[in-house]
Amino acid sequence: MATLIQARAAESASDGPALSPEELIRYSRHALLPEVGIEGQRRIKAARVLVVGLGGLGSPVALYLAAAGVGTLGLVDDDRVDASNLQRQLLHGTRDVGRSKLDSAVDRLYDVNPHVALERHQTRLTAANALDLIAQYDIVVDGTDNFATRYLVNDACVLTGRPNVYGSIFRFDGQVSVFCDPAGPCYRCLYPEPPPPGMVPSCAEGGVLGVLPGLVGVWQATEVLKRILGTGDALVGRLLLVDALGARVRTVKLRRDPSCPACGTRTLTALIDYDQFCGLGTTDAVPEITPREAFARWQSTPGVQLIDVREAQEHAISRIEGARLVPLATLPDVLDSLDRTRPTFVFCKVGARSARAVRYLREQQFTDVWNVAGGILRWSDDVDGGITKY
Amino acid sequence: MAITIHLPTVLAPFAQGERVLEVSSGTVGAAVQDIGTRFPSLLPRLADSSGQPYAFVTFYVNDEDVRFLDGFNTPIADGDEVTIVPAVAGG
Repeated sequence: MATLIQARAAESASDGPALSPEELIRYSRHALLPEVGIEGQRRIKAARVLVVGLGGLGSPVALYLAAAGVGTLGLVDDDRVDASNLQRQLLHGTRDVGRSKLDSAVDRLYDVNPHVALERHQTRLTAANALDLIAQYDIVVDGTDNFATRYLVNDACVLTGRPNVYGSIFRFDGQVSVFCDPAGPCYRCLYPEPPPPGMVPSCAEGGVLGVLPGLVGVWQATEVLKRILGTGDALVGRLLLVDALGARVRTVKLRRDPSCPACGTRTLTALIDYDQFCGLGTTDAVPEITPREAFARWQSTPGVQLIDVREAQEHAISRIEGARLVPLATLPDVLDSLDRTRPTFVFCKVGARSARAVRYLREQQFTDVWNVAGGILRWSDDVDGGITKY
Repeated sequence: MAITIHLPTVLAPFAQGERVLEVSSGTVGAAVQDIGTRFPSLLPRLADSSGQPYAFVTFYVNDEDVRFLDGFNTPIADGDEVTIVPAVAGG
């Protein structure tokens, strides 16, 4: 087998770096595919792909692209491995808890394929570094976990002319597309504005089925390889919807929005403040109280209302005894059972949903309502270490 | 034969766990109001307080984005499938 492939390699006058004998054996199942062959494998080896985020989506993307022999993988993440990541982030193992995700990923990926060059970027992607970073690569994979960074990745890809292989997940549903291709739309064409903070829970708040990032990330990796090889029908101008509960996969059409400031009118000529764009600065407008202060006042002042706006499933994992559970969506239903004039402290997991609740309660004429900064996680750190963090 | 509305799992809790709903109304906007009447807590997730679509929740009739048709005035007929796709950011 190896001899045959080597003979074919010798015959092939293709682009890209040559493959070593070890690589020819390693990639033999690719070489047998007419759509890949030795030439395609050399193209894969010549490719430079940037993976932004080494979490749920970044794990399968990086693992499969490394295994497939993508010559250079850029890896961006500044987070550390947490035990709650292991249910879905297969780059990292139990022994890696507490390590930087980048260190953990590099060890794992070198083990998968030592022929791949791994470029480490131990940083958050920011408006200050995104253009320089992205310009160093041919293809960008969006494996981030928040709206602000998704708009940043998109805009930086439009401005640098790099394709954005997008995937996102929540609970049992996933989305995949290839944005920022000259023939198709960008992320802003699909979602011109992000939802207000707290309206859409994150996976940390709402949960995600562990296999879902596998389904979606492998699809992203597939689009990357097809793009490098120039084969198949690219997922450009289409949004692939994965419905794990319904066992349904379907695509819908996406169109370029001529009024899109990024890829349409091109009025967006530089990166912006994405936290502000996503309304993340507006939590400043909500009165905040630290968990320590909230606890002290709750203990010392009769009549303080301590409201937990998380979901029942989160409450089942950990709770502050004595707080009243009112999941955010049900808040309007219980207004009459609350006292609008008594001190009211609202918390969730980290503070985003409770900020939204505080804003709503103020609109409803609550006069003494406060957001517990950092939510139950900070309460666990600062007030009661017995509360489980999740 | 009715019109089928597909809700993502993130919105199903606001429709008492239902992920597939049926309507018989004549436009996407009327369908939104119809299911919003049946499930009041779902309505503010689908449309703003003046009944208009959000920029971060996309409605597809079959596989066409209604923003490129006639928005909430897009007509729907028996056999059509409406898929609601909110922006999600998890990764």
